[in-house]
Amino acid sequence: MGEFEVHRVRFFGLVPAGVRCLACQPRGPRLALARTDGAVEVYNFAVNYFQEKVIPGHDSRSVEALCWAAGDRLFGAGLNGEVTEYDLARLCAARSIDGCGGPIWSMAANSNGTQLAIGCEDGSVKLFQVVPGGIEFERNLDRRKGRILCLSWHPSDTHIAAGSIDTLRVLDVSSGQTVQRIMVNYHTQKAKRECIVWSIAFLSSGTIVTSDSFGRVQFWDREQETLLESHTVSTSAVLSLAVSEEEDSIIVGTSTGATYQFQLLPVKAGSLQKRWVRTKPFQHHTHDVRAVAHSSTALISGGLDAQLVIRPLMEKMQKKGYDAVLRKFTFPHRRLVSCARKARLLLFQFSQHLELWRLGSTDETGKDGEVLPLCRMPEHLVQLKSKGPEHIYCSSVSPCGSWVAYSTASRFHLYRVQYEGNGVSVKKVPKMPKLLLPAYQLQFSSDSSSLFVASARGSVHVLQLLEPGGCKHQHRLRPPSGSPEAVYLLASSADGHWVAAVSGDWAIHIYNLKCFKHHCSVPTYNCAVTAVAIHPVTNNLVIAYSDQQLFEFSIPKKQYTAWSRTVQSCGLHRMWLERDSPITHITFNPKNPSHILLHDIYMFCVLDKSLPLPDNSALLMNQGTLKQLPETARKRQLHAFKICKKFQPLLFADLLDENCLVMVERPIIDIKTQLPLPIQQKKFGT
Amino acid sequence: MAALCESFTLCGLGPGGGLGLGGGLLALEPGPDPDHVLLTDRGRTATLFKVSDQKPLGCWSVKQGQIITCPVVCNFETHEYVAVHDDKVLRIWKNQDINLDKVFKATLSADVYRIHSLPNGGPVVLFKGGGVRTLDVLLEAPQQEIENVISDEVIKWSEAFMEGQQPVLIFATEKDGDFFVYVQKLKMNSLHKYKLEQQELSKPLNFVAYIKKQIITLLCLYSNDSVYKVLIPLQQNTEEKEQILPKSLLLNLSVSGSVLKGTSFVVLDKDHVAVLGRLAASGEESKECLTIWNTKFQTLQTSKELPLGTSGQLWCYEEKFFFTHGKVLTVIMYKCETSSLAAAVGKLKDSQTPDVSSFVNWNTLEDEELAASLPSEQPVALTSESRMSLRSKGNTVAEVQPDTLSVGQLLLNLKNASTTVFEDELRQLISKVQMPDLQATIGCVVTALINRCKTKPKYYPQNFLLQIVETQDLSYSLCPDLMAVALEKKDVYLLQICLQRFPDIPEEITCACLKVFLSMSEAYLQRVDVNLESVICYIDIELNNKEVKTEIIENGFNVELEQDIWDTKITEKTHLTAGGEFCPVGPQKAALLNAVLLSAYSETFILPHLKNLPAQQAVLFLRYLYYLYVKCSEKINTALPGICCPTISQIMDWMCLLLDAHFTVMVMLPEAKGLLSNLHKFVRAQVRFYSELNKIEGSLRELQRLHHQKDPQTYSIEVLELI
Repeated sequence: MGEFEVHRVRFFGLVPAGVRCLACQPRGPRLALARTDGAVEVYNFAVNYFQEKVIPGHDSRSVEALCWAAGDRLFGAGLNGEVTEYDLARLCAARSIDGCGGPIWSMAANSNGTQLAIGCEDGSVKLFQVVPGGIEFERNLDRRKGRILCLSWHPSDTHIAAGSIDTLRVLDVSSGQTVQRIMVNYHTQKAKRECIVWSIAFLSSGTIVTSDSFGRVQFWDREQETLLESHTVSTSAVLSLAVSEEEDSIIVGTSTGATYQFQLLPVKAGSLQKRWVRTKPFQHHTHDVRAVAHSSTALISGGLDAQLVIRPLMEKMQKKGYDAVLRKFTFPHRRLVSCARKARLLLFQFSQHLELWRLGSTDETGKDGEVLPLCRMPEHLVQLKSKGPEHIYCSSVSPCGSWVAYSTASRFHLYRVQYEGNGVSVKKVPKMPKLLLPAYQLQFSSDSSSLFVASARGSVHVLQLLEPGGCKHQHRLRPPSGSPEAVYLLASSADGHWVAAVSGDWAIHIYNLKCFKHHCSVPTYNCAVTAVAIHPVTNNLVIAYSDQQLFEFSIPKKQYTAWSRTVQSCGLHRMWLERDSPITHITFNPKNPSHILLHDIYMFCVLDKSLPLPDNSALLMNQGTLKQLPETARKRQLHAFKICKKFQPLLFADLLDENCLVMVERPIIDIKTQLPLPIQQKKFGT
Repeated sequence: MAALCESFTLCGLGPGGGLGLGGGLLALEPGPDPDHVLLTDRGRTATLFKVSDQKPLGCWSVKQGQIITCPVVCNFETHEYVAVHDDKVLRIWKNQDINLDKVFKATLSADVYRIHSLPNGGPVVLFKGGGVRTLDVLLEAPQQEIENVISDEVIKWSEAFMEGQQPVLIFATEKDGDFFVYVQKLKMNSLHKYKLEQQELSKPLNFVAYIKKQIITLLCLYSNDSVYKVLIPLQQNTEEKEQILPKSLLLNLSVSGSVLKGTSFVVLDKDHVAVLGRLAASGEESKECLTIWNTKFQTLQTSKELPLGTSGQLWCYEEKFFFTHGKVLTVIMYKCETSSLAAAVGKLKDSQTPDVSSFVNWNTLEDEELAASLPSEQPVALTSESRMSLRSKGNTVAEVQPDTLSVGQLLLNLKNASTTVFEDELRQLISKVQMPDLQATIGCVVTALINRCKTKPKYYPQNFLLQIVETQDLSYSLCPDLMAVALEKKDVYLLQICLQRFPDIPEEITCACLKVFLSMSEAYLQRVDVNLESVICYIDIELNNKEVKTEIIENGFNVELEQDIWDTKITEKTHLTAGGEFCPVGPQKAALLNAVLLSAYSETFILPHLKNLPAQQAVLFLRYLYYLYVKCSEKINTALPGICCPTISQIMDWMCLLLDAHFTVMVMLPEAKGLLSNLHKFVRAQVRFYSELNKIEGSLRELQRLHHQKDPQTYSIEVLELI
């Protein structure tokens, strides 16, 4: 097929923020996750754990606790003392209400999601009523000294257990009084150090489970105020704890990065008497496991090493599927890099700044696997810092490299970049038209004459870019039936005729740019769209879904192409469907119309539509085998998927020209060096 | 070994302790959950404790003027508490009840002696007149008339068990110095009365009973400082009148001059009892002690002095002792592991430490102990045959197989049978897999076979013996003569299998095997069937060599002549390997020697036997060990290829042993000189090599680190070819 010159880029210094808290949607498929930078993400378990929604962080809005209430409403609370409700359709903080108790350390919703309890710095526990359109303060429960670090409702909603420093309390919800106060330190000699109850769970049997800074997981009898069981799982703190809905399994996370499962098991086979037994230890993380969650089929943990780990419980698995495999997520399921093909620039998006780099070059050629000597080094051109506390939602650089745009929650910026010899000048475009903000995705047209802005309520703004540095609002495209959800993916055609927009309800609308009309929508496929792109020659829209299916939709003909139908009838290769991470970017080779280039975190693939599809008996990743075969024997082995796994973890891949690729990698080891040192653990008596 | 562990105070007693009125404890009973105990004092109060927390969970008292006369027990099925106060008034309450005046009350028609609560049988009430009712029956009609069974005897002690599904109650009574034992089966409503054999000048002070396989074992602590054992069979259908129960001495509570005056005792497991009492040495002041005794070895295992004095009562639940010590109730935890001689001399294999169970599993008691001392059995003569027959009789009774002959009997009968009949019968015997004493039976069968071999010199059932050794888990001690006979017959295959399978071969026999293996000629060994799997991977079998050779030889040579030359060469020393070293022995011999190398031994015991090896054989063995050592060192992981190969440390150990045993001889022997100097050179080279490696360790590590950081640069342009 051919040789590529690959620009292997590792200078994108992205450090994903650590995971601070996790919340499983009760009886729902979603998992909410908050990071230490205040970002909130929602993963959808029903569609291969796709990272469906991302609400970027905010400097003054740390999130210490997340919880789902009233079905699908998501609330967060943090050290700014406010309880915030998130708008998951518009992907922003909808409204906040001050808790009036200082920083909030913990929050929990009752079993039917009608009330929220928050635990504050001043030692108070406050109840809020969840009402349509917000929450209302209901009342204060008994206040005692010591911040409330964790809270848990009894499943009957009559009592709340609250963990503090050295003590845990049980509060009666109806009277508001402290019914019980248990000193967790009572039995130990180490009483000189204070013991922080990091996490708590109230079981329906009346047992209270706590995890504390002494590395213990303890089970307390509420009625008798006695310690039932104490398990020391770690020499350092046990930071987090979650109980399964059946209350027969508990996961705890420690500051050494280890997680442990506890199970309620019969003492003997067939015996009715049961005990909590520490069953499975896991070491998936290198740093503090600040958050754990227990879904009905999996143990979920999130650490300060930014990893989200979903470990299935095989005994709960009915059949082999996507859920039945251990999943680790470190990187977002969306693009943080954009590329100016013609100018050979890369734009990197960080949480609060952008970096513009020019790629290096070489004038030599070589054989497969060789590293070519550089004649020009890559160059860091510009760093654009976003002012204010808001983090960046999206960014883009135009194909010619002379425009850079980004958006935060409330502001939209467009810059004109000019290259004069060795210098670069950046000018902000003044008098930007009023847009419905935030923008979720920015896409320049291929001739850099217009900018498409993905907005809330399914709409796409078309801005016309004017020389030497101006911009005009041209049109607002909206789906004919309306949509409450924001657009999160855009694709424009090379001829400037079409733009495709994917909104949060996974509907794909195609607009005609000549007459600014809705052209058609792609038949609904009930799965999250992870990437879309329009072919520059055929104007076919290629769609990648989170279940790893690929579709090709002819825009002019308003129907799936013949090739797409063949793919659907033959089915994709089993190994392809079992892949771990979603396709995040699709691009094409204009010189080779039958090629589709796509990538996920772990592989780069050139899909050659002219070749036969592999069946399940064939080897999917056959590049290694093919290279060993003589030219003559290769023919029979060829199939459509040409997969390269050399570049990992791959955050971005694009085609610069006919045989020149750029691959942006972010080695995990480089992230690790940016993190603080993990707790030193003794190994083998050293 | 049994050991007493840490102790702690559960609660104070007496006026200051906040519990009771100083009357002491009436009894301690297990609570509704594990780790809970119910404590009843001799006054008005019962308290529920969580032992590990040392914390009272609940406390109940009867009204002033009333007195609890029977220890409070917990009904495990309903989690209710049952007590009797003022002899006749029954009270039942639950955890949440506070005032005993308001709980369920029933007044009975007779005085209650005790209530026993059974884990799955509910409480059983024993009246002072010997009548027994389950609580359920009693509650249906509290005023029902209770019969008087024991006329004017006084109940001294009682205990209840579950036998299958039915509760069994046993109690002991006294009248004018005579002691009687009653066994009542509740469901069958049968009552048996026995009289305890009289003991001159002493009387029982305390009883403990347990049940196992339908036999109640009653242990009695007598005032003559001894513990006696009495067996009472449950399945006694004959309505005889007042049998007299014989008793046997189990344990004498005296150790090196001092005597323990026991007051109460408990059974810990099949070998251990704990006795609380006063240890009195002659001429010294006596002091109160808690002691644990091993009944198997008749030894005092551990003791703890209790200087503040006790009330003489001792309870034991869940591996904890409870007793009053001074003015407090003290809890001492203990560990009680199965004692064996092997454990005592530190030879017990650690891998299978038995789980420390929280209850006494009486089913692990050995059958013979019961059967041998059953009163109905014949007096036992301790020859192996009769022991066998007795044991199996005991089994057949239990298994209800009256028409099968006992093993010993069968073997006796077969003694003079013809060979074929004999073997057939034995095969049949072995095939009865369900036999409870399979191991012992197989041991007997092998012994019988070996005895026959000894008496009839021509008889040697090699295949049959091989089959038994390979299929059954035998050990040396079960059939000590087997290997001796095999050595005599030079049955190397059987010896190899035995060496591989038996865990407990004495060093003497191991050395004898080694001697036989080394002395055998290669030519003889080539005809013998030996398991070669341990050598197949590193010694070329000469068969292959021959094959290769014949192909070349056909080129006009005289095949037979050539082969002869080859054969003689082979038998000398021609197992050339790739490295250019010769294997000094043939593969068969090597396999046999490997079996010796892999067997277990103790250095001190093997050394004297190893000295008996003739010098020539010692040199040959050393040569083989040297060959193995060189072979091992060829590989980077210093291990021989293949399965069941000796490890390098085993080889080194044997080499050292052999050199230790034969050092003087080796030094003198001319043919050993070259070998020793080669060995010395090789070892020196190895030592030097490793010390050099140590020196460059840092550099090697740096190299490895460099290798890991192969491409630290953040940007490169590479060529990628996709096909």
